[in-house]
Amino acid sequence: MIPQAIFRATRNQPSFLASIVLLVAVVFIGVFGSWLAPQDPFLLNPQTVNQGSTTAHWLGTDEFGRDLLSRLLIGVQPTLLVAIGATVIAGVLGTMIGIAGAYGRPLIAFLIMRSVDIMLSFPPILLALLAVGFWESGIFSLAVVIGVLYVPHFARVAHAATLQVSRMEFMEAEHAMGASARRVVFTAILPNILSPLVVQATLTVAAAILLESGLSFLGLGIVPPEPSWGQMIGTARGYLGQNPMYVIWPSLLLALTVLAINVVGDRLRDILDPRLREE
Amino acid sequence: MNASIGALLLAARKLLTALIQLVVVATLIFSVMYIMPGDPVLLLLGADSNPSPEAIASMRSQLGLDQPVVSQYFIWLWNALHLDFGKSLTNGYPVANYVMQNLPRTLELAFAAIVIAALIGVPLGIAAALKRGSMRDTVLTSIATIGISVPVYIMGTLLVLFFSLKLGWLPASGYTDISRNILEHFRKLALPALALGFGLAASIARMTRSSMLEILGRDFVRALRAKGMSERRIIWQHVLRNAAIPIVTIIGLQLGNLMGGTVLVEAMFNWPGLSTLLVGAVSARNYPLVQGAMLAIAAAFILINLVVELLYSLLDPRIRRKRS
Amino acid sequence: MLEVRNLSIAFKTSAGLKSAVRNIDFTIRPGEILGLVGESGSGKTITSLGVMGLLPPNAVITGGEVLVDGIDILKLPPAELRKLRGGHIAMIFQDPIASLDPIFTCGDQIIEAILLHNPIGRANARRKARDLLEKVLIPDPDRAMRAYPHELSGGQCQRIMIAMAVACRPRVIIADEPTTALDVTVQKQVLDLLRELNDEVGAAILLITHDLGVIYEVADRVVVMYAGNKMEEATTADLFSAPQSDYSRALIDSMPSLGRDAERLPVIERDSSGKVRSVRPEPRPRPASSGPIPAGGDPPLLEIRDLCKSYWVKPSPLAMPVEMRAVDRVSLSIAPRTTLGLVGESGCGKSTLSRAVIRLYKPDSGQIFFKGKDIAGLSDKEMRPFRREIAMVFQNPYGSLNPRQTVAQIVEAPMLIFADGDAAGRQGRVRSLLDAVGMPAAAAQKYPHEFSGGQRQRIAIARALALNPSLVICDEAVSALDVSVQAQVLNLLKDLQAEFDLTYLFISHDLSVVEHVSDTVAVMQKGRIVEYGPAAEIFGNPMEPYTRILLDAVPTVGSLRGGKEGA
Repeated sequence: MIPQAIFRATRNQPSFLASIVLLVAVVFIGVFGSWLAPQDPFLLNPQTVNQGSTTAHWLGTDEFGRDLLSRLLIGVQPTLLVAIGATVIAGVLGTMIGIAGAYGRPLIAFLIMRSVDIMLSFPPILLALLAVGFWESGIFSLAVVIGVLYVPHFARVAHAATLQVSRMEFMEAEHAMGASARRVVFTAILPNILSPLVVQATLTVAAAILLESGLSFLGLGIVPPEPSWGQMIGTARGYLGQNPMYVIWPSLLLALTVLAINVVGDRLRDILDPRLREE
Repeated sequence: MNASIGALLLAARKLLTALIQLVVVATLIFSVMYIMPGDPVLLLLGADSNPSPEAIASMRSQLGLDQPVVSQYFIWLWNALHLDFGKSLTNGYPVANYVMQNLPRTLELAFAAIVIAALIGVPLGIAAALKRGSMRDTVLTSIATIGISVPVYIMGTLLVLFFSLKLGWLPASGYTDISRNILEHFRKLALPALALGFGLAASIARMTRSSMLEILGRDFVRALRAKGMSERRIIWQHVLRNAAIPIVTIIGLQLGNLMGGTVLVEAMFNWPGLSTLLVGAVSARNYPLVQGAMLAIAAAFILINLVVELLYSLLDPRIRRKRS
Repeated sequence: MLEVRNLSIAFKTSAGLKSAVRNIDFTIRPGEILGLVGESGSGKTITSLGVMGLLPPNAVITGGEVLVDGIDILKLPPAELRKLRGGHIAMIFQDPIASLDPIFTCGDQIIEAILLHNPIGRANARRKARDLLEKVLIPDPDRAMRAYPHELSGGQCQRIMIAMAVACRPRVIIADEPTTALDVTVQKQVLDLLRELNDEVGAAILLITHDLGVIYEVADRVVVMYAGNKMEEATTADLFSAPQSDYSRALIDSMPSLGRDAERLPVIERDSSGKVRSVRPEPRPRPASSGPIPAGGDPPLLEIRDLCKSYWVKPSPLAMPVEMRAVDRVSLSIAPRTTLGLVGESGCGKSTLSRAVIRLYKPDSGQIFFKGKDIAGLSDKEMRPFRREIAMVFQNPYGSLNPRQTVAQIVEAPMLIFADGDAAGRQGRVRSLLDAVGMPAAAAQKYPHEFSGGQRQRIAIARALALNPSLVICDEAVSALDVSVQAQVLNLLKDLQAEFDLTYLFISHDLSVVEHVSDTVAVMQKGRIVEYGPAAEIFGNPMEPYTRILLDAVPTVGSLRGGKEGA
């Protein structure tokens, strides 16, 4: 019934359909970006520094004369890998911790949720800054750091959803039948907290993209010459006067991508919300 | 039980929780610094100059690093309680001076941003909720969704592009102390505060809208209509007052998050606040300064949250006067 | 005076208008109480909202008139209608606590209601509000003036709603299920209050309810609704003595009622032409495979001795926790193949007791002998074999089935947990269980949300029977169901008891239902059993005052009506 509801939503809401199309395109570019790039994204050319749009370079060039379009296309992959990797890490660990915090033994549950609260008292970007400031950064370490930072957010959602499910009578029914903890977690809790987790996952992808691009913007994320959108925006800020389009293109793409994820997340929340669906 | 005593006890309990949280956070900061790579002694003496073992040993005892970890921890905690966070490794200035100098600047930026955000976000959220499903609602919620999707540094860059480079109205970055030039101070505050404020306004608008819709759907609103109260009065006298409780909480929590959340804006506008201090200290491996700045950020966050929770229980009779 | 003429309401759907109620007609004279009765989906609530002009945005009035003292309020501009609401027409809602603004004191809300239509000044309004609170017999009116809604009980909040409703001496009062959320003794007080107040106010009262007992108790005339149509309008006495429509007759028949002993309840059926009738199904014959009926005189299957279970609750955030005895030295026993009815009001500890027996909670002290073995102190592991023997059916058929599992998976669950048989064997058992509870085999592959409340409760019963238990605990198992569905499920429980030699611990707040199903009855109040004995004795000759209060409070068809005839 949920796939049908999503299908219906794509038909009734052009913004939802457009967002899905855009995201599919972004993922496609993420996978095939290096094949799609019309020129070598790493080729330096002192003659074509900071140009606007030309026939040779459709979107212009950067401060080293490299083709902007090509760099934008291959810049998707690192961001996407970091965002998806971080979301998987945060989702798996956060869900486990959240369920344990709601369904585990009282003392353990208490300790877990207190630690989650304390971790939430630091903005993720600050902790990420600390981590990449002291350790080297790269796609893998960025994914791990950002993933770990969003574990508490996921844990909060999983915790609240598990508590809500725990109050349902079918949980009592499982216990009355003598179900094992494993069965309770996998057949009763997990399938019933999936909806908020899916929504949280889309939010986490968006947040991870913003966080990675923010770090790269500060020069602490993806290491040059490998491009990423955030890093390109950071560099382009130095050339606002000479070539304003240099900053516009990556900004537009980044904002559109995050917007599409948010639109999809909002719609999914509406579709998956049991209060709206029961009627 | 007497209601006011109950409220006092509630406040005392929240204060105690906040204190415990602060101690735990301090412990965490200390231990993270302890396990972080890099030796401050070598950094201080200059790792390239190949310092003699004697020099290293004397520096270690000077910094108290030759003591057991546990006593280092308690000395650090004790000093921190007296607002003594040690001395900067690079120039020997007390860390507390740096923190006291930069904290108010971050607070100022954060307050300015949150005021802008609340002034824009709350009315828009209310306006959207009151005409749910209308064209107005669709336009406003779309703008808000776009608003939360644009990263703060893109917003900042666009503002600079427009207001500084194109129009030349406002300076692109920097900081002027208020005692030197009040006008210049606020001119330089404007763009970073707006850059932060716009994104926050969008998220406040979204949450205001959903809080309003939640309250509008409650049974008592239908009961008020059945009493013959005018829609305007229902909104202003009952719905808004009920919705104010979650909205004020959300705004407060956002303010707390800004204590460290200003980092990107501080960096791009050269605003010398706490985050700037922290970023500089991290790249210089200036451990006492990192600890001091982190502790200040965490303490400000916890304090703001404490105030928000107290405000919350003051606004909501269901918490203020628990059923006995 | 309220006249509703030919009222029709429809819902706007993507497929056009979908009719919800059709051509509803009734008239209520001043001082009269008209009961509007029907099961869920009958359209009674949407009718009341239409009369009040408070329809949800997706509903439209497609025809008819609503005349209040001769003025058609459907034709009034919104501002004019608003002036009538609260002053001329007042409304009382189902959930009284949720119907009051949580952040204002009750006193302020009454004052506000008075000032809306009578600008008599705040001081006068305050005095009037306090008088009203005295009139609705609230204990400690001064405290109630200062209290926030969450600090009062549901019954007290409903008194406040009533105080507000009568504040401006309305001509019409619409009461939508005003006592459904309340305990039976509180329900009685609230209904009596409404009746007495109206002798003074003289409003035309429209009382909407699903409970025929409530109608019988207070209404002068009744309109019966079914599937959006008015089935019948009659005086209360006529309706119950000689119902004209088939549906009304069937509805009255299917309601278990105190003092009317019937082995089986008639159920409502619809034949292929859509005609409604009442059928009294024959008991199912005991299958030959079940063997001969065991002789009586066995030792009790379940015996509870001095069972205690406490909670520690904090009266205020920082106070020392105090002990609250939810179950206080309870002793009971149930003979095999009989039903023990456990009855009490909400919060009396009956649910805690049932969950202690099935060991969802560990009791603090006392013994629970099941087939002679004490299970009160067993560990989870030692308890396991007994979970085969004891099963439970829960109150809420919408909450007790995992929404993400198919019916087959739900019914199979206990067998899976105990690793009974192979997959094919379990599937066969699922089919026979579904058959036993009267569900089609095709149901197995569907999900719970595709079924109605009564069907879901059948699925829950099938699951409970999966391991051939000897004791089944039914915790308010029929409370969430409509009367006609309730009758079907009660019949089913009786059939299954005979067929599978079941013993029931039947928990309910509804005395009529308990009387209908029980062999022995225990009355519980504040954690203790106050009266315990054979059903006939308890209902025929109650010894304890509390039992008598409970019995008197039940609105009952056929019994003497104290309030009405006495006054």
